[in-house]
Amino acid sequence: MKDSLNPLLVSRRWKPWEAVLWVVALVSPLMLPGHALIINEIAIVALFAVSLDLILGYTGIVSLGHAAFFGMGAYTAALFAKLVMPDPTVGLLVAVVVATVLGAICSMTIIRGSDLTRLMVTLGVGLILMELANKLDWLTGGADGLQGVVMGPVLGRFEFDLYGRTAAWYSITVLLILFVIARRIVNSPFGATLKAIRDNRLRAMAIGIPVTSRLAVIYTVAAGMAGAAGALLAQTTGFASLDLFEFHRSADVMLILVIGGTGWLYGGVAGAVVFKLMQDVISAITPQYWTFWIGLFLVVLVMVGRERLLKPWTWFSRGGKA
Amino acid sequence: MNQHIVLSAHGLIKRFGGITATNNVSLDLRRGARHALIGPNGAGKTTLINLLTGVLEPTEGRITLEGVDITQLAPHERVRRGMVRTFQINQLFDTLTPLETLALTVSQHQGVGSKWWQALGSNLAVTRRCEQLLEQFHLTTVMNQKTNVLAYGKRRLLEIAIALACEPRVLLLDEPVAGVPAGEREELLQTVAALPEDVSVLLIEHDMDLVFSFANRMTVLVNGTVLTEGDPDAIANDSRVKAVYLGHGDEIVQEGANG
Repeated sequence: MKDSLNPLLVSRRWKPWEAVLWVVALVSPLMLPGHALIINEIAIVALFAVSLDLILGYTGIVSLGHAAFFGMGAYTAALFAKLVMPDPTVGLLVAVVVATVLGAICSMTIIRGSDLTRLMVTLGVGLILMELANKLDWLTGGADGLQGVVMGPVLGRFEFDLYGRTAAWYSITVLLILFVIARRIVNSPFGATLKAIRDNRLRAMAIGIPVTSRLAVIYTVAAGMAGAAGALLAQTTGFASLDLFEFHRSADVMLILVIGGTGWLYGGVAGAVVFKLMQDVISAITPQYWTFWIGLFLVVLVMVGRERLLKPWTWFSRGGKA
Repeated sequence: MNQHIVLSAHGLIKRFGGITATNNVSLDLRRGARHALIGPNGAGKTTLINLLTGVLEPTEGRITLEGVDITQLAPHERVRRGMVRTFQINQLFDTLTPLETLALTVSQHQGVGSKWWQALGSNLAVTRRCEQLLEQFHLTTVMNQKTNVLAYGKRRLLEIAIALACEPRVLLLDEPVAGVPAGEREELLQTVAALPEDVSVLLIEHDMDLVFSFANRMTVLVNGTVLTEGDPDAIANDSRVKAVYLGHGDEIVQEGANG
């Protein structure tokens, strides 16, 4: 009797490969000491992508303004370190709270309207915040960015080193914690109702799911998570700039999800790894034209399909599986 | 108010611009009723369902459920009060399995739908109810397949199972057997016939065999207004109803409205 219902719990269970993946991630700054900086960046972008996946992949809200919360988290963390105290953990929490509040406010703009109007609204919020950060230059440093952010040691013990090793561990740990929370959410009854809303909003309403409040809640949660990612970036680089709010950040993170796959939390992580490594490698070869190759890769990915691209042995067997 | 009336619509009017899709419709659904709503295409049956469930807002009129005015309530709040519908065209969660679909529906209904820390399926009461429903609707064998690959008859069964998972007191069935191939039809008819007795059912259907075998009360809707209401025998022998189904419906309605 219970066996027949195992399927519901299977997806929740941690699989061995997941444990391996996280161990590898945590060991990587030691194994690849020269690459700790990019590992740190990948962890941050992965967290940003996972946060977007909660609303895009699991709930079906297309947002082109997710960088608003990323930027908000970054500026909050940077300002907090500069003006209040340099402790990273406290700064991170404050940034998450601020981004969450902003998300709660903005969530009112996305619960109404069609997909297209919602897309425009998310875009608009991002632009407004960028302009605010630009104009409030007495606080944010305006177009020059917020410089001279000095962070204290993590948990009062681990100083940020020049090679970015502490930074990488710090970011991976935060990513892991928030990933576990996200994983809980998507496998819960709450998460299931989100998927129901994504698949069929009319029916979701017809079975008694309060659609608007669900949308608002997950949008707010995702905003808080994006804020955490932004805070990590500001804290580990000691810098926050207008660039964080820019449209291309929102677009990049969506590309990352497209590369890795939506509606699957590891899609954000995988996409972040692939995107960042490609960016790193290609821009080392051709600094000016690396976006061309990323673009080409995306077109091929979409035309061929992720599944087929990852399984080269299926390339020549025409419709064998159909 | 009459204790035996569960759902009641008073003078419902719905206008879309210049078109009146529902024109002064009143309808009472008794407790435990098997009430059929019939009428030719375009009579406004589905519009009426949409008004009752809150998908559309009526231009005029009001709706009461168990004596409480629900005219202004949002669709999901009406569901919480026990009025649930199925759809003429399947409205399912395509990427989820029947098991997941029912588990989330039951969770929502049992008030654990907003829990975000526990796993779906960790609640024993929920899983028990799911098993029961899967069994009852002949879905156990396909419970782990994605809904969008299921046979049409199974999808139709799931459509009704979802509604039943909400434990309705009033169930609105919108053409439950529409488009179901003959081979899968019997299964579906059985489950419709076996619906719990205390659930009051409003059935919209074109299939007259099903209507007459199922209903103990019928309302005939033509051009957005109620032509007549009565028990199946009276409806079967009503010359105006026959005329509507054989054509000339418009004249009849004029007469009916005037007389």
